[in-house]
Amino acid sequence: MNPKVELRNVGKAYEGKVVLRDVDLAVGLHEVVCLIGSSGSGKSTLLKCVNLLVPIDAGDIFLDGSAITAPDVNPNDVRQKMGIVFQAFNLFPHMNVLDNITLSPTRVHGVSKDEAEEQAAALLDQFGLIDKIHEYPDRLSGGEKQRVAVVRALATRPELMLFDEVTSALDPELVAEVLGVIRGLKDSGMTMIIATHEMGFARDVADQVCFLDNGVILEKAPPQQLFSKPQQPRTQQFLQRIVEAGRL
Amino acid sequence: MAKRYGSALTSSPNDLRSPGLWPTRRPRQRMREEGARSALIAAASTVVVIALALWWILSSEAWPAVQKQFFNPTNFREVWPDVAGGFWLDIRMFLVAEVLILAFALVLAMIRALRGPAFFPLRALVIVFIDLIRGIPIILLILVLGFGIPALQLRGVPNSPLFWGVTTLVISYSAYTAEVYRAGIESVHESQRMSARSLGLTQVQALRYVLVPQAIRNVIPALLNGFVSLQKDVALVFILGVREGVREAQIYAAGTFNYTGYIAATVLFLLVSVPVARFTDWYTDRDRKRKQAVGV
Repeated sequence: MNPKVELRNVGKAYEGKVVLRDVDLAVGLHEVVCLIGSSGSGKSTLLKCVNLLVPIDAGDIFLDGSAITAPDVNPNDVRQKMGIVFQAFNLFPHMNVLDNITLSPTRVHGVSKDEAEEQAAALLDQFGLIDKIHEYPDRLSGGEKQRVAVVRALATRPELMLFDEVTSALDPELVAEVLGVIRGLKDSGMTMIIATHEMGFARDVADQVCFLDNGVILEKAPPQQLFSKPQQPRTQQFLQRIVEAGRL
Repeated sequence: MAKRYGSALTSSPNDLRSPGLWPTRRPRQRMREEGARSALIAAASTVVVIALALWWILSSEAWPAVQKQFFNPTNFREVWPDVAGGFWLDIRMFLVAEVLILAFALVLAMIRALRGPAFFPLRALVIVFIDLIRGIPIILLILVLGFGIPALQLRGVPNSPLFWGVTTLVISYSAYTAEVYRAGIESVHESQRMSARSLGLTQVQALRYVLVPQAIRNVIPALLNGFVSLQKDVALVFILGVREGVREAQIYAAGTFNYTGYIAATVLFLLVSVPVARFTDWYTDRDRKRKQAVGV
């Protein structure tokens, strides 16, 4: 069986500066892959490439075995199959929570307004946000905003979820509520690629952890192995610093 | 929308700027006294300046003649109905043109905001159009289109100077207004576009539902400024012979060698444009305070 997502020799450069080089990664159905590494190592770019928000310069990306980076593929069709959540929430400030969530189902997926609102309410209820349904984003806490962003992505019924450092902009006491949501998604069998600085969380939820350094996947292993017996000196150094900072 | 922000301001319990929470009344009282004093000084100096200016003009030897030519009450009563009737046409031209400008300019701005090589020809066309139109003095544009196109006697195309006058205003103002919209669209953070696209929205959908609504809110003061400007510039179509306010005054002046009609037209334009200008200022100010309050 094909992996859900597969990257082969993916490369990306911004104005001559290489941000991704020869990236190979396969993510199976229901699998959770965590990307770790220092800021600027290419984690975000990798996610945006999978979502086709950033065009790649080399290699191919496959979704269910077909190349989504082929020139004749409509990026909108690809994006409809996956959801992405960003570090900065990126909710639409001029729409309330309900409209934020129903925009894509009604305008892109052709769901009727009533049905979309019903689904949105069910999701909000599930994530403990039902009392915020008519609030505008500027009235929500950071954790609430991020959970709404997750709900907004889920409302399009994605087959794959991408998380781009979704807790990095949150107050420490709000991190847990967002991570809890992602754990719930893992339990429901969602395929996910998660860029994160939360090492404890990565160790818990990931099936595979990839350590990125300067745009290269230096090391890829199950979490027990990568966190306890890192092979590469650079990985050991990185994890050493994380431990020193008390984050693992 | 405004209501939302309003309630956010007043209902916030720990808003330290809320005047009711000041521990004593003293600072506010002092502020009020200072306010009254500066208002008094402003009023007094204004009166003095205006009085001096009036004395200076009225003491001129030529003033009686000028008064008879420009400020003659008898002529004023005589010309007023015609000028006012013409001015009503100015107002109607303004309203029709403004609605068309707001719509047409938005289309232009949206085309300019589209990305990707597929849209290059459309984008280039819009850029050339905007550059050309902005590069031609509006009075020339009115003359060329207003006299030129009817002269072609194209079938199915109206020949009335009124039609071409308004059309020219729409074309000219749309080029400027499109740039206002564009500035607004560019002021919305790139992450909003990315976020919309990541949800599967097309470029046009992202513009329509996410970027443009936010952009318009950002540029309302600039758009209102355009209103003030257009409200006066509609008078330029007088050059095509359209019998609007200024044209009526000109006709009266040609028959009587009295220019009081121009003063009547001036009064009418001021009656409309000053309130609109005041409203623009008030709105811009409120908008700024609102943005500061929510920390946008």
